[in-house]
Amino acid sequence: MRLQLSPELEAFREEMRTFFTTQVPQEIRDTVAARRHVSKDQYVEAQRALNAAGLAVPHWPVEWGGKDWTPLQRHIWREEMQLASVPEPLAFNTSMIGPVLAQFGNQEQKERYLAKTANLDIWWCQGFSEPDAGSDLASLRTTAVRDGDDWIVNGQKTWTTLGQHADWIFCLCRTDPTAEKKQRGISLLLFPMDTPGVTLRPIELLDGSFEVNEVFFEDVRVPAENLVGEENQGWTIAKFLLGNERVGIARVGTTKSYLALAKELARETTVGGRTLLDDPRMAGRIAEVENELLALELTALRVVANSADGRPHPASSVLKLRGSELQQAATELLVDIAGPLSLASYADGGSDVPDWARVTVPEYLNYRKVSIYGGSNEVQRTIIAGTILGL
Amino acid sequence: MNFEFDSEQNDLREAVRGLLDRAYGDAEQRRQVTKNDPGFDEKTWGQLAEMGVLGLPFPEEDGGMGAGPIEVAIVAEQIGRVLAPEPFVEAVVLAGGLVAAVGTAEQRAELLGPLSEGSSVLAFAHAEPGTRWSASAAGVTATQDGDSWTLTGVKEPVLNGARADVLVVSAVTDGGTALFVVDGEASGLSRTGYRTHDGGRAANVTFASTPARLLGEGTADRSADVERAFALARIAYANEAVGAMETALRTTSEYLTQRKQFGVTLNKFQALTFRAADMYVSLELARSTALWASMVADAGGDVVSAADRARLQTSRASRHIGKEAIQLHGGIGVTAEYKIGHYTSRLTAIDHVLGDGDFALDRLAATVGEHPTVDPLGAPYTG
Repeated sequence: MRLQLSPELEAFREEMRTFFTTQVPQEIRDTVAARRHVSKDQYVEAQRALNAAGLAVPHWPVEWGGKDWTPLQRHIWREEMQLASVPEPLAFNTSMIGPVLAQFGNQEQKERYLAKTANLDIWWCQGFSEPDAGSDLASLRTTAVRDGDDWIVNGQKTWTTLGQHADWIFCLCRTDPTAEKKQRGISLLLFPMDTPGVTLRPIELLDGSFEVNEVFFEDVRVPAENLVGEENQGWTIAKFLLGNERVGIARVGTTKSYLALAKELARETTVGGRTLLDDPRMAGRIAEVENELLALELTALRVVANSADGRPHPASSVLKLRGSELQQAATELLVDIAGPLSLASYADGGSDVPDWARVTVPEYLNYRKVSIYGGSNEVQRTIIAGTILGL
Repeated sequence: MNFEFDSEQNDLREAVRGLLDRAYGDAEQRRQVTKNDPGFDEKTWGQLAEMGVLGLPFPEEDGGMGAGPIEVAIVAEQIGRVLAPEPFVEAVVLAGGLVAAVGTAEQRAELLGPLSEGSSVLAFAHAEPGTRWSASAAGVTATQDGDSWTLTGVKEPVLNGARADVLVVSAVTDGGTALFVVDGEASGLSRTGYRTHDGGRAANVTFASTPARLLGEGTADRSADVERAFALARIAYANEAVGAMETALRTTSEYLTQRKQFGVTLNKFQALTFRAADMYVSLELARSTALWASMVADAGGDVVSAADRARLQTSRASRHIGKEAIQLHGGIGVTAEYKIGHYTSRLTAIDHVLGDGDFALDRLAATVGEHPTVDPLGAPYTG
């Protein structure tokens, strides 16, 4: 048992902190810190800055641009990135399809896609959820039927995040409708979003933003070589991918920066002759969330420190569950600090309401998503009850 | 940074676990022991002494083992796991800890040696009716006459106050709060013991011009020493609570897989299994915080703040897990025959000895504006 980081890791942390706070354009970090909309160009610019320094895909195999880091180093990397308000490398590329291709792809696919995926030369989107296949993903109905050297894809995906920016999609399709178990008849296909027969319809969210889309496939012709892994191996790949999706999902660094902001803003708000930060109820709420966040961070550290053998620590399911709840608690705090100013969501010029207050409610509403995506919190409870408690 | 025990620490854990399993592996053994005074088993206390557990945190020159807060945490967790009623945290960590921190070399040798050997039980007489969780004394006053001191006033509840061979007592002097040593046989000392709800013992301890010896030198205010000793005890309690919560959850999970209603075992009901899953979340977050606070103490960091953080987290978790454990058991959880309710009782006791979650939260809230973020691996926690 030892609390301190080793001198090497302390230096590593300092190196990460310096890089993220000096080598990623300030204007992009300001956008993230102000919780404003990050544009496609900003995502690309930030990821390329990271990739140029070898910091976009450290968890990939070394031969494809990864670093031979320990889980703790990766944790520090992610934390420092979030604390510095650097947009994280696009998850669909770096956490999802990249590791999948490195693990299941053939040599030709690796050479064709991985470098461009790391550099965000290709923007990927995720074709998983369907209108009738959410948490029950294996019920998906989009089909791919073999026709000579091609697959013909028909069906519909939904909740396709940032699909409007995407160049390519990785798409789970049913390739054997007769399989005994529904999990066994699924394959993973890759194809460009501008392939004839692909139609994208943006879905407007509660906060007025466009993050997710519906994607329709009508006789979309995909070359057979774009199959990843074996035919009907898609479920195995999907589970591998979703396992990676949960890494870093606690987002402790992000929530920390939100709490720091909450304190700053509470200090600037005066109520009844004292600042909101001096109000015992508000100070208590912030302190309680902060303590829970500490407990979460320590649990994340326990998990990364003890998962060196590659198997996830049993407590890792706690990270998604409580991590999402604390992100939501932080956005709720910001709304409550804004108070009546939070109503001015769509104020433009001519309003005295500061930007931070305008974005609080849209963000609060938007963040309801975090307990739903990445395996809903109810799915996490099912995992804990089943695999940890044996219930 | 490393959350793993080393091999010596694992050995300690296994040894203590083995001893306490033999003593209290069956909950009925504990019920029998706690029925009679002094509320714990003198034989088990002696065995803990033989194992070196009662001298664990004290320097070797004072008769101790020279171990630290991590070893204390290991023992406390095992105590909590079977609800061993032996007053490890109360007598060793808190009362003994004060002697170790404040006492002269002579006093340390005189008091800590016998404590470590199991021949003398120490208790800290500090709580007073009408106040709570303060590090200062108010209701007992100390009067100096030449080189000697006498104490007058009331302390209550004093855990193990009737059984204790020696009392460490806080009292008011001109300089603030000072600490005194009172022999159990002293004149003018009356002690009325009673059972606490968790099977332990406490006492009303009344001093009437009771002779006392000053602990340490000088009468400068000792509140900061008490605060620090409280912090170390709070951290030990956090680990004890984690041990108790783990058993409470395991017992509840086992029950859900065995108890049948509507023709199926209870674990077929998602309304119940989801609640058990939430208990697991509370447990693991509390465990992380308790371990961390022990490491902060070990590293010489800000132990008072770390203890408040552990107190808050384990208080919330204890209430959550304690209440749910009974509810998921149903009626049997409220019976004295079955063990689960005793875990809730003990967790409730721990929650109130040295400050509950709201008490800790108030203190944390008072300083929340002084730091933008909390870095568990940085200042002020790494010493």
